[in-house]
Amino acid sequence: MTETQRRLLLVAMPWLAMAGLLILWELACIVFDVPEILAPRPTRIFEVMVLRWDILLKYCLETLWTTAIGFVLAIGFGVLLGLAVGASPFVYSGLYPLLIAFNAVPKVAIVPILMIWLGVGALPAIITAFVISFFPIVVNVATGLATIEPEMRDVMRSLGASQWEILTKVGVPRAMPYLFASLKVAVTLAFIGSVISETVGGNRGIGFLMLSAGARNDSATTFAGLFAIAIMGVLMYAACALVERRMTRWAFRGEIVG
Amino acid sequence: MQASPGSPLVELRKVSLAYGSGPSRMLALEDATLDIAKGEFIAVVGPSGCGKSTLMKLVTGLLPPTGGEVRVHGQPVKGPIRGVGMAFQAPTLMPWRTTRDNILLPLEVVEPHKRRFRRNKAEYIERVEKLLASVGLGGFGDKFPWQLSGGMQQRSSLCRALVHEPEILMLDEPFGALDAFTREELWGVMQALWLERRFTAVLVTHDLREAVYLADTVYVMSRRPGRIVKVSKIELPRPRTLETTFTAEFVDIVHDLRERIHMEHA
Repeated sequence: MTETQRRLLLVAMPWLAMAGLLILWELACIVFDVPEILAPRPTRIFEVMVLRWDILLKYCLETLWTTAIGFVLAIGFGVLLGLAVGASPFVYSGLYPLLIAFNAVPKVAIVPILMIWLGVGALPAIITAFVISFFPIVVNVATGLATIEPEMRDVMRSLGASQWEILTKVGVPRAMPYLFASLKVAVTLAFIGSVISETVGGNRGIGFLMLSAGARNDSATTFAGLFAIAIMGVLMYAACALVERRMTRWAFRGEIVG
Repeated sequence: MQASPGSPLVELRKVSLAYGSGPSRMLALEDATLDIAKGEFIAVVGPSGCGKSTLMKLVTGLLPPTGGEVRVHGQPVKGPIRGVGMAFQAPTLMPWRTTRDNILLPLEVVEPHKRRFRRNKAEYIERVEKLLASVGLGGFGDKFPWQLSGGMQQRSSLCRALVHEPEILMLDEPFGALDAFTREELWGVMQALWLERRFTAVLVTHDLREAVYLADTVYVMSRRPGRIVKVSKIELPRPRTLETTFTAEFVDIVHDLRERIHMEHA
């Protein structure tokens, strides 16, 4: 295999793997004669996606919108809290157990509470996306700060740097790659959050579409919704990965970025 | 803060340091007394774990002593003192900054440069370029540290320690992680910088040849708890070269020091 072929194959691998999986699924449905209501064939799902693209797109955009707002809130709040937790041992020892406890609570359990407080609509979805996705951001930013090399700290202190200068000149740039790594995880979680909220109780978004299609025994549309969520998730992940590489080239040591 | 003429720049008087407390209390340094004159280059050698680095942190005020007193300029040290440059075994450069920006760091932090940094940036950049050229790194300012070899990173680290023209330079095994050839080359670089600028330098090392090559005075420390067990004035003429390290005089001094340290391991 030549070097060019090798590289082409590397690029093609994700598509080949996906195609393989779908073909397997299609064949399994045909061979075992699976009724559409249980598991529609992928070709049938794509057919529905093409036929009902306008409805899918409308609901997708609603979900995308709530996810994006929740995610942006999570970044803002997560970065601030992460900086505080990472910079101050007092904030760390005070808040960390609370954060762990909070993270252990299944977020699906708080959606009904949010419904009681806020009613149906976009707001519960935004808040669910926010609460489910800020935790990894806090942990990563705090880790980035807490793992500053002691020597680096000594260099700064011997120069007479204040705590604030150590934070801004060493801590924050050092925490950046940790932050961007966490964003990839957080954005996927934010999607899960808003779809959970839409599914538990809502009148909008792709989660609601899937729920109502399921209620009408319209499996093909339900699965089309699933596919749409997966596609949005991958796109958002890719966007975050792109930003990550742009912003923290040094953390990749120039290897990945050609 | 002017010291009276003739008095040493740094004075350690029966300085002790213990880490921890209660049963886990560990004495790292005991009754260290030494003077460092302005412009003197001293080296501290000893078996590993003898509190050499502790001594360094005490002089710079990064650690407060548990006993005795540290004075700089005749004033007791109560916190990190200003105007110190530090270089460690690890280059500790910031990977997100170019080499030039790394070396500019002290000028962004230390007064009075901090105040005029924005206005005089061009002048400071010129200063960095000159310093880089003097350690053989001319034209490498735009490179990131991770694009440089280990020896080049260590040279950059020395530049960062010196750029704000500190009165005291602290060197904690700065050449320890380098191969023998690069290390010996950097001894020459270090000596040239010192001959030109005459800062006061404290070098912590376990390489006896390095200590004798660079220092005016070598202090030998005992095993933990570290005490100063031998002081050696090195009277060899400067500039010393690699040739010097093969002369009988040089070898004798190294031999004496080694024997004293071996006694610690016996």
